Amino acid sequence: MHAYESDFREPLINGNKNYTIITDELVGPTEKTYTGWWLLLIIFGCLAGLFVFCLSWTVFFGIGVWGLNKTIDWAWDITNFVWWIGIGHAGTLISAILLLFRQRFRTGINRAAEAMTIFAVICAGMFPVFHMGRVWNAFFIFPYPNTRGPLWVNFNSPLLWDVFAISTYFSVSLLFWYSGLMPDFATIRDRAKGKYRKMIYNILSFGWTGTAKQWQRFESLSLILAGLSTPLVLSVHTIVSFDFATSVIPGWHTTIFPPYFVAGAIFSGFAMVETLMLIVRKVFKLEDYITVNHIESMNKIIVLTGSIVGIAYITELFIAWYSGYMYEQFAFYNRALGKYWWAYFMMMSCNVLSPQAYWFKPARRNLWVTFGLSIFVNIGMWFERFVIIVTSLADDFLVSSWAYFQPTWVDIAIFIGSIGLFMTLFLLFCRFFPVIAIAEVKSIFRTSSATAKAERAKELGQSSGGFVGLTTFGILDKDAKQ
Amino acid sequence: MGAVKQSNNFVLGLWDHEEVFLHAIEHIRHDGLEIYETLTPFPVHGLEEALGYRQTRLHTAGFLFGATGTTLALSFMTWVMAFNYPLNFGGKPYWPLPSFIPITFELTVLFSAWGMVLTYCVRNKLIPGYVPRIYEPRTTDDRFALVFDIEGKSSEEIEKIKSLCNGNGAVEVKNRTFKDGE
Repeated sequence: MHAYESDFREPLINGNKNYTIITDELVGPTEKTYTGWWLLLIIFGCLAGLFVFCLSWTVFFGIGVWGLNKTIDWAWDITNFVWWIGIGHAGTLISAILLLFRQRFRTGINRAAEAMTIFAVICAGMFPVFHMGRVWNAFFIFPYPNTRGPLWVNFNSPLLWDVFAISTYFSVSLLFWYSGLMPDFATIRDRAKGKYRKMIYNILSFGWTGTAKQWQRFESLSLILAGLSTPLVLSVHTIVSFDFATSVIPGWHTTIFPPYFVAGAIFSGFAMVETLMLIVRKVFKLEDYITVNHIESMNKIIVLTGSIVGIAYITELFIAWYSGYMYEQFAFYNRALGKYWWAYFMMMSCNVLSPQAYWFKPARRNLWVTFGLSIFVNIGMWFERFVIIVTSLADDFLVSSWAYFQPTWVDIAIFIGSIGLFMTLFLLFCRFFPVIAIAEVKSIFRTSSATAKAERAKELGQSSGGFVGLTTFGILDKDAKQ
Repeated sequence: MGAVKQSNNFVLGLWDHEEVFLHAIEHIRHDGLEIYETLTPFPVHGLEEALGYRQTRLHTAGFLFGATGTTLALSFMTWVMAFNYPLNFGGKPYWPLPSFIPITFELTVLFSAWGMVLTYCVRNKLIPGYVPRIYEPRTTDDRFALVFDIEGKSSEEIEKIKSLCNGNGAVEVKNRTFKDGE
């Protein structure tokens, strides 16, 4: 009845489970209170407050409070913007592209990854908006009938394409995420004890009941949203890379940028998903649903995309040399060996060298290695954007205008504050929303859970007099103990 | 469902395994019983076929919304750049079609996604604040349910429904009555 899966495949749901237990364990985190959660919320909430404070400071005193100068007019702000947008990409990749490829491991992590996407895009969007300086005029970026002619926005500009790309990306991700949440909110509602809790979750669930017709439309909707989001997610980072690639700045003006940015985005996004999921699975005791198998699958994607990024770095250097174009060569010489050599070194070691550990299975399946490397990759990817943006601008066409970028306290506080905002939103999500897509996990239960595999093995064992393979894989062991 | 007076009396059959449930549906439909509603905690493959539902046309709606977005984006940008306020941007043509592609694509996706989700909500009666009839709270947890309308049915017919459910592996069969307006 359901799709076939080899029983030799590692299960995606461990432990002895049934639908009741799955509901209990996945709704559980929304029904308890955690002291540690409050502590974290207070810490990150303060950082989010710092974010608001520093943005207000910027608006009040002007962009002059940032470390920008006449030569380096894009620095930490745009670095942060690209970094956050990149992080967001893993969520859509997991929910959309892995859905189209029918990768069942997505069900354990897609909900949290999509939430991460939305929060990361919120953080990302802040930076270009506040970089405008006069934020109250931010609506000028939209093509609306105005009294200036009407003088329209320039549809030739990649910066305008970015406005459309990112706002579309945000709203489509939100729809995708929320349409998946409705059935799970209904599950919480139907278990709720209190009257208000029931009412609130009913509102959140939009009155979902789970009739066959609803599910039929649900499946159709998620398939098509996945089909739409797949080219969308690729287009968003492509357009972000156009912001640079269509300029005439040596170091930015390269055709390799779109695929290179997309690979980098997926790379950093998966790293962030791992950082968060490793903590979530531990705190909420979800080890049976976010298994080492899930972590290993993500690590495989990290080593793939990390190597694509590495090839892109080296290709850039090669093409700069091969082009015979002096200014391009100078820009890349500066990038690797100039005054920002330390940033280039950080980028190369964190992004290209460190993920190579994942060629080895013990490293891919080690949670401490994974956690450490996921942080390294996040640091490395921040430096990648810094390297691309700042080193290309710092030593420009006139020697007299060469400059060095020094962040001010506002730059630093805004960056830290954006992490605070992101984490605050994520913590709220963890506490009140189902962190794992309950209905989706149930839908793979018969194919991919340890329980179902053990049941099938028992049937096989009875008919063929023992099935050695599964006992060697340790799948039957758990069952035997119980 | 129309504005006809809603029925208040139902028989509920509950199953705990989707394969048994699917077989039960086949048998029950084979015996000519009408299933009023089917509730499951997650999408069960093969359920629409077993119930004889026709394909949803949601994807057609998605295509039409998407096509609206494409047309709107292309025609609006053409009107702005070539007719309403033609400006010379670095000697580029007044109708720079390649420049229109990214925004056209984004608006296609935007219209298609929003249009489809709104259609989905309307067709599925998903409105924030709408209080649905909950036949059995466990259908969003671990039970697969068939709901039979027994309004005006004789006790023999009701017995037949119940025995068919029981005979096809239901773990529980019970009556469910609603008050008016519930």
